[in-house]
Amino acid sequence: MSAQPLIAPGATPHHGRPARTGGARLLVALAVVLTLLVVVAPLTYIFVRAFSEGWQVYAANIMDPDTLHAIWLTSLIAVIVVPLNIGFGIAAAWAIAKHRFPGRGVLVTMIEIPFSISPIIAGICYLLLYGRQGLLGPWLREMDLQVVFALPGIVLVTMFVTAPFVAREVLPLMQAQGTDQEQAAVTLGASGWQVFRRVTLPNIKWALLYGAVLCTARAVGEFGGVSVVSGSVRGQTNTLPLHVELLFNDLNTVGAFAAASTLTLIALVALALKTALESRRG
Amino acid sequence: MKLPLLAAAVGLTLAGPAAAQDKLLNVSYDVARELFEVLNPAFAEHWQEETGRTITIDMSHGGSSKQARAILEGLPADVVTFNQETDIDVLAEGGLLPEDWRDAFPNGASPFYSLPAFLVREGNPKNIDDWDDLAREDVAPVFPNPKTSGNARYTYLAAYAYALAQNDGDEAAAQDFVRKIFAGVPVFDTGGRAATQTFAERGIGDVLVTFEAETGQIAEQYSAEGFERVTPSMSLFAAFPVAVVAENAEDNGTTDVAQAYLDWLYTPEAQRILAERDYRVTDEAVAAEFADAQAPVELVTVDEVFDGWDAVTENHLASGGILDQVFVNR
Repeated sequence: MSAQPLIAPGATPHHGRPARTGGARLLVALAVVLTLLVVVAPLTYIFVRAFSEGWQVYAANIMDPDTLHAIWLTSLIAVIVVPLNIGFGIAAAWAIAKHRFPGRGVLVTMIEIPFSISPIIAGICYLLLYGRQGLLGPWLREMDLQVVFALPGIVLVTMFVTAPFVAREVLPLMQAQGTDQEQAAVTLGASGWQVFRRVTLPNIKWALLYGAVLCTARAVGEFGGVSVVSGSVRGQTNTLPLHVELLFNDLNTVGAFAAASTLTLIALVALALKTALESRRG
Repeated sequence: MKLPLLAAAVGLTLAGPAAAQDKLLNVSYDVARELFEVLNPAFAEHWQEETGRTITIDMSHGGSSKQARAILEGLPADVVTFNQETDIDVLAEGGLLPEDWRDAFPNGASPFYSLPAFLVREGNPKNIDDWDDLAREDVAPVFPNPKTSGNARYTYLAAYAYALAQNDGDEAAAQDFVRKIFAGVPVFDTGGRAATQTFAERGIGDVLVTFEAETGQIAEQYSAEGFERVTPSMSLFAAFPVAVVAENAEDNGTTDVAQAYLDWLYTPEAQRILAERDYRVTDEAVAAEFADAQAPVELVTVDEVFDGWDAVTENHLASGGILDQVFVNR
């Protein structure tokens, strides 16, 4: 992109860079200050506080059995949710992009719903449906199935919250590519699976990975909805974001920041992956 | 002769651990983690000695109203250890435990208790020693918003009860008194934790009002600040009620161990652990041991002064009630 509009009429560029007006400089400075205040300072502070009492205290906090379990549980949830959402995302995008059927518009809207609904509402809905006093509560009790305040409930809420990520990334690409290549493959005698694996998948590969990274980051960080259905039993149903809050409420600031630092690391890795994927996509 | 013995031994080792393993889920209020981290291993040891069985006690901590809600919706708590009686009443209304849960254990099912007390800055520069001082114009008290915080509700009721006692039960005078206290509060945080930070980290206000059990913890955490604890002459009994969640315990087959766990909280061993952490305890011998650290205080209860929590909710806390009149229109 050209920086042409930034050059004031009559100004001469020097050192090969466009000269900036006072207004432009001010805007850049404002953006830098805001970024520092809103993003960089808090993120740095997490690590400063986490290590404020030295490496040993940090390590002891991470090695705390409850913290380790929270890390494990959060990873487990991501491992369950992300593949399921990849499957769902591809299937939904495929159906919408390559086929015409009644209710297609409704499906597009449905996929977007989790974006516009606050996660806590999702949590409460699951509670009211699967809880002891909920619609399915008595039946679940009879079957001796525990959904909320156990892993299934947390997974369900996390799935709901992260459902749109893969579909939303893959869908535009599939729509842009149309069905010509697939039709050609079918004409040449490819089976359904071959068409998917050899034609569709390579085309959406980067968008799919990108969506999966976003989905992972969101699944790992989900707080509001999970907080409603978790029960926060330490060492059982306490996810990493919930654990951070609990440690903070316990006045264990260093522990809270240590746990937060692991979450931040996951987020930063996801961000780095996302940036790398974006450049691959061009 | 030896073979059956060996077989029996193998059988015991295989079946033993599974059979002798007990499990409890204790659902508790949010700042009780440190306390139960000490209590639970002590009970486990006691349980092992008593029965030869090992026990794992899982904990869930959160705001006790949220916890009660979760139990109603199926969080399989065997016992609750709360800081609000009303939240156990909610469970009783939901049919999870009997209405008369207060009679199941001594002292209204409250093995330990606390009271709203003060934490002042080093050297107590403003000479704060009783509720009167909080109403002074040059004193800025810090406590959370009584509309959102159970902790601050106790503060409000304690100040109100004190004023009633000072003014021969004159409600108007009591309302005037708490209005004066509210007027001096520089910032109302939503919860106790935030109010602590306002006082201790942001350096706002002259006196933090919170449960006595917390003042000790806060003074310890911010030991560099030299905060000093002050016990007012009179305060409000704050129960820390416990109950077996009868229906869940029955389902989980944990009724006996749940009962034993809560009974044990009344033993000198447990009471000493509690008193060391600045809770007041019901065991007289243990209370006497800690008399130096816990200043004498005249305690009144919600039942005595306010006719119980239902009346408090109706007259004070309900929208447009006395709290609204003195707090919102302060």
